[in-house]
Amino acid sequence: MPEAARKIRVQCEINGRAMSFDVHPMARLLDVLREQAGLTGTKEGCGEGECGACSIEMDGALVNSCLIPALQADGAKISTIEGVASAEDLSAVQQAFLAHGGAQCGICTPGMILAARNLLSRNTQPTESEIREALAGNLCRCTGYTKIFESVLEACRAQRPRP
Amino acid sequence: MRSYVPAYEMQEPRNLADALERMAREPGEWRPFAGGTDLMVLLESGKLSHRKFLSIWKLPELHGITVTPTHVTLNSLSTYSEIRRHELLAREYPMLCRAAAETGGIATQNRGTIGGNIANASPAADSPPALLVYDAELELVSASGSRWVPYHGFWKGYKQIAMRKDELIRAIRVPRNVGFSKQFYRKVGTRRAQAISKVCFAGAARVDAGLIVDVRIALGSVAPTVLRATETEKMLRGEKPGSAVLAAAQESLAREIAPIDDIRSTARYRLRVAQNLLAEFCESLAS
Repeated sequence: MPEAARKIRVQCEINGRAMSFDVHPMARLLDVLREQAGLTGTKEGCGEGECGACSIEMDGALVNSCLIPALQADGAKISTIEGVASAEDLSAVQQAFLAHGGAQCGICTPGMILAARNLLSRNTQPTESEIREALAGNLCRCTGYTKIFESVLEACRAQRPRP
Repeated sequence: MRSYVPAYEMQEPRNLADALERMAREPGEWRPFAGGTDLMVLLESGKLSHRKFLSIWKLPELHGITVTPTHVTLNSLSTYSEIRRHELLAREYPMLCRAAAETGGIATQNRGTIGGNIANASPAADSPPALLVYDAELELVSASGSRWVPYHGFWKGYKQIAMRKDELIRAIRVPRNVGFSKQFYRKVGTRRAQAISKVCFAGAARVDAGLIVDVRIALGSVAPTVLRATETEKMLRGEKPGSAVLAAAQESLAREIAPIDDIRSTARYRLRVAQNLLAEFCESLAS
């Protein structure tokens, strides 16, 4: 067995909770979230940054957690799908996915919702092409793209202040 | 097969000087690691042969974009997201912003860096053709100092760059006020989103009184390295755009590039598309 790197202590805030892990420095953040933090809502699809199933927010930016070495998450503020709903209510994006059938098998859904939420945090009134671009890094193997797109469009409308 | 993750070491230097000091002490032992969009993919597929990395991602000295009257300097960890959102870059260097916007999805653009794209030295990268046309220069730093080198000619071969083992790319600089009247950037891939290019073409020219006064052309994915088509440029210089020179220029381009068959495309397709893009570029100069 090859020589092993020493484990390091990684401290970060996940969905508002301070957490700390002893991990190998190049462990994938995706695995730390799923196996050590017990947050299995973040999914693994391709494992190479193509499919977006493992999308999370790190310090406000959408990232693929399969491509983040644990060491670089030290000190970061992380949001995963588990942090999207409040105690009582689903977020506007989640509600819209329910109403419009935006989820089929569900593997891409956490990443889709994180990508949509990240778009809405940067741009409260995105155009249709901005929505498509924001979702371009998230693949759906069920190919339910139209319903996903409609869900996000609806979430944008719901979020807009009513006249 | 996935790599054995515990076998990989990563440390965080205190600052840039510390990183350079460690790279000088043991040249080749520690390699810089930025946003991970290339290296983590290799790790996942069991192809990351190097084992020890210095995480430079959080070094403030390597972030930021500065503008002076003569140049724009992008520090090497400028991300694609930062580049495409930069107003002055969008105005003066539209090909670079277009390349940034067409590299991967948002999550990749948030982590992929211009310096990483250069250091990874893939012939299929999207920003290098634009940087070549803009006559970019690179600042290479080491514990013993800093030097500026032209980006053109920075390669030694497929995925090999002319950089010492104790050096890292600190910044990329492009001159301003070059006076192009036309800039043309096209990436041709399997799909519009998320696809690595089959052919990438960047061209810019100054057309004055109906003649091509200056022209620069660079391509990706058609040779072992990204390249400037300097012979084809010579052929077009001084000519009327869209004139009879096009056929000869297309022949010249065929001599300058060396496309291959691989998983993404074929040599034949790439040659044809490269020549068609040259034609499209020349037509755009006439309009």
